[in-house]
Amino acid sequence: MAHPDGIGARVRRREDLRFLTGRGTYTDDINRPGQVHAWILRSPYAHARITAIDTTAAAAAPGVLAIFTGADLAADKVNGLPCGWLIHSKDGSPMKEPPHPALAQGKVRHVGDQVAVVIAETRSQARDAAELITVDYDDLPAVVSSVAALKPDAPLLHDEAPGNLCYDWHLGDLAATEAAFAHAAHVVTLDVVNNRLVPNAMEPRAAIGEYDRTGGDYTLYTTSQNPHVIRLLMGAFVLGIPEHKLRVVAPDVGGGFGSKIYHYAEEAIVTWAAKKVGRPIKWTAERSESFLSDAHGRDHVTHAELALDANGKFLGLKVSTVANLGAYLSTFSTSIPTYLYATLLAGQYTTPAIYAEVKAVFTNTVPVDAYRGAGRPEACYLIERLVDVAAREIGIDKVELRRRNLIPASAMPYQTPVALQYDSGDYVRNLDLALPLIDYAGFPARKAEAAARGKLRGIGFATYIEACGIAPSNVAGALGARAGLYESAEVRFHPTGSVTLFTGSHSHGQSHETTFAQLVAERFGIPIDNVEIVHGDTAKVPFGMGTYGSRSLAVGGSAIVKAMDKVEAKAKKIAAHMLEAAASDIEVKEGKFTVAGTDKSLSIAEIALSAYVPHNFPLDELEPGLDEQAFYDPKNFTFPNGCHICEVEIDPDTGVTKVVNFVAADDFGRVINPMVVEGQVHGGIVQGIGQALHENCVYDPESGQLITGSYMDYCMPRADDVPSFTLAYHEEAPCTHNPLGVKGCGEAGTIGGSAAVMNAVVDALAEFGITHLDMPASPERVWQAIRAQRKAA
Amino acid sequence: MARTITLTVNGAKVTREVESRTLLVQFLREHLELTGTHIGCDTSQCGACVVHVDGRSVKSCTMLAVQADGAAVTTIEGLAAADGTLHPMQAAFREHHGLQCGFCTPGMVMSAIDLAQTHPTLTETAVREGLEGNICRCTGYHNIVKAVLAGAEAMAGRAEAAE
Repeated sequence: MAHPDGIGARVRRREDLRFLTGRGTYTDDINRPGQVHAWILRSPYAHARITAIDTTAAAAAPGVLAIFTGADLAADKVNGLPCGWLIHSKDGSPMKEPPHPALAQGKVRHVGDQVAVVIAETRSQARDAAELITVDYDDLPAVVSSVAALKPDAPLLHDEAPGNLCYDWHLGDLAATEAAFAHAAHVVTLDVVNNRLVPNAMEPRAAIGEYDRTGGDYTLYTTSQNPHVIRLLMGAFVLGIPEHKLRVVAPDVGGGFGSKIYHYAEEAIVTWAAKKVGRPIKWTAERSESFLSDAHGRDHVTHAELALDANGKFLGLKVSTVANLGAYLSTFSTSIPTYLYATLLAGQYTTPAIYAEVKAVFTNTVPVDAYRGAGRPEACYLIERLVDVAAREIGIDKVELRRRNLIPASAMPYQTPVALQYDSGDYVRNLDLALPLIDYAGFPARKAEAAARGKLRGIGFATYIEACGIAPSNVAGALGARAGLYESAEVRFHPTGSVTLFTGSHSHGQSHETTFAQLVAERFGIPIDNVEIVHGDTAKVPFGMGTYGSRSLAVGGSAIVKAMDKVEAKAKKIAAHMLEAAASDIEVKEGKFTVAGTDKSLSIAEIALSAYVPHNFPLDELEPGLDEQAFYDPKNFTFPNGCHICEVEIDPDTGVTKVVNFVAADDFGRVINPMVVEGQVHGGIVQGIGQALHENCVYDPESGQLITGSYMDYCMPRADDVPSFTLAYHEEAPCTHNPLGVKGCGEAGTIGGSAAVMNAVVDALAEFGITHLDMPASPERVWQAIRAQRKAA
Repeated sequence: MARTITLTVNGAKVTREVESRTLLVQFLREHLELTGTHIGCDTSQCGACVVHVDGRSVKSCTMLAVQADGAAVTTIEGLAAADGTLHPMQAAFREHHGLQCGFCTPGMVMSAIDLAQTHPTLTETAVREGLEGNICRCTGYHNIVKAVLAGAEAMAGRAEAAE
């Protein structure tokens, strides 16, 4: 009988009860005894030399305990924040890696750069005092656009990076690609801007640093997706604190979307200052600070060309991208426009020759790093826009053109020309699943009906491929990763048969407390309520690389399976002893350990009791206890994929675009909890729609001021901006190289979403001769585009 | 300048001395340690801090604590029954997976209850428009809308049953 809460069940979430009753514990909800507060003074200039800092008046303000500047950190030999991925340029030279100080050292390089920290009894006192600090700035010219930063006369951010260039990287076979273009029947070109976004997890970042003098122990509570990574980066590279003296806790975390992967200055500042001041120190960002200090996402400028033969078969793809890295290298920033972008440029298509070059550039803006999808939405958007442009120029139906070029399921495993080997996938099936749900055949009638109401209706497609769970560690290492990419798990049976599962993954909305418990409950045939999930605390969990890139189930879940395998193997031996049989005769099914061909059997709870009260136990062969740990290093990425179709209606008089229909048909491999997976897709789609229609991070090109610095200016998608969605998925092409057959679903909607929406928008505007619009297709941008075409006509 | 205020919070009378600049949300979180009410922005846009003041939803970051002197305030902590039974709107959010990270949830639930109480019949469009002041970054609103419609129906059912 199938387990009622096992794999495939829509188990209601166990974490909900505390969140729904106000009993979640987010970092800012924690108050430590004797706690004081930090306020960070940030640069009002995009680019300036600091000539003097006078803290005299601030230090005398009420409640102030200490004020620290970059000089104090330097005096204590506190290092800058490290970058986790070394990229080499075309010429073999390593990327330029200028220092990234936690508090400015002589110069500020973006609005919001940290200049000083005030520690006071209350947050208001710290903030009031910060206003009394006098900083003399020598204002310098600023540059915010990546393309402008590459110009010869552009202001220089770092002496270490001439021309503001971090690296000039490439991937693929240039000669083969040029040869493909030489005999192409059609070449289509496209210039796109992938707009800069601000991740905007609803919980602003926060950190509490604490130091215990008696043992020399530090504790950091922080809003992190990966506390062990923070412990490693901050402990080993920034502050010089060994792991056994540094505990990092990431309690309930209110969303991440990538922005809480990185090691941020404030974490190091409060941890370091806690020892100086001798009190626990809390820092919580205001939303305005989040805009100025959370790593941003995207910001690519790209020129691309696609070569096709006379039948519309893709022959070659050439891509040239300038990626904005912001003022400093955020933790994984350098890997995003390279190994998480260019390697995805084959998409779902058989394009045999691809060449991509990427220039990564420093500008006077907030550092840019992974934001939901991270490189993959940029790749998908580029490919799918190109396919639509090609379909229109050549005059082939856009579904038909995609069909002609999709990699067939029979070709799996498929080696792309950009380094990845897709293990499984049935892309035609996704398309066939999606088309009836959107009623593609009925679209012309819907378009005509909309036209009768004075509305422009368009339909847009996106097929996408994602690469989740970067792997294996040794290959990633050879490509420049400075970290391992495995995951850990520990399955601890207690004497009466309940289980605590320790996972290195981190849940900040992903529902691990439910889905991971489903895995354990089903495997051992125990009630789900007998399973507790522990995560997010370096003092409890063996080790963990955390949660990002849709890796938790594919990598973390696989580690759980490995640990459960070990538990089962040991339990089998214990059962054999207790049942007086050979271990090879023990059959395991739904948690029952049975001597084959008999009715003699034991439950896992009975075996666990024997393991902890080893009176009838093979002590000469086995150690007591039933507690196993595993590390899993994946053999390959997983490759979730899908087909997303969007229909929009545009009001030509106002330029307002409304998403009226959205279908997503996805392949995530095996699905553990469909309810949770659907929730992930819904959320992802709205972030995709957000990028396409609403969100845009804008800097003033002259002053470098962030113009979209609050929810008054940065348009977050709201409930009335989006429709309900139609979802479908299939499990016919499971991942071939992990034990659960799972692929990952966290970023799918964001990857396919923006491309599908923009293809629909451009389709709706086709009658005006509009062939491309950059995101976001805001009412003003759409209206201007229509107006310009009407004028020209 | 400090002032003494008295409120009824989740049914209990509380008297505290507050600085006059203290926001209601700060008062709830810092003075009463009711940390279920969250702060997600500083421009009164996100709605994570919504509570009920004298029965109506209010963004508690837009109100000074002293302005709430004498009022009855209900926060997310005050919704469930003493025996732990969830309010129908809380139960609907769980049933329909209307939350992921949980950070916007308290404000979302408080807004949804007010919406249900002030709209005898709710449609999807009305829910979407009614929640325009609450930002969620996780769910894409799809399941929140389902949850609010179901929660409103359950609330109406309960109200009918009580009549």
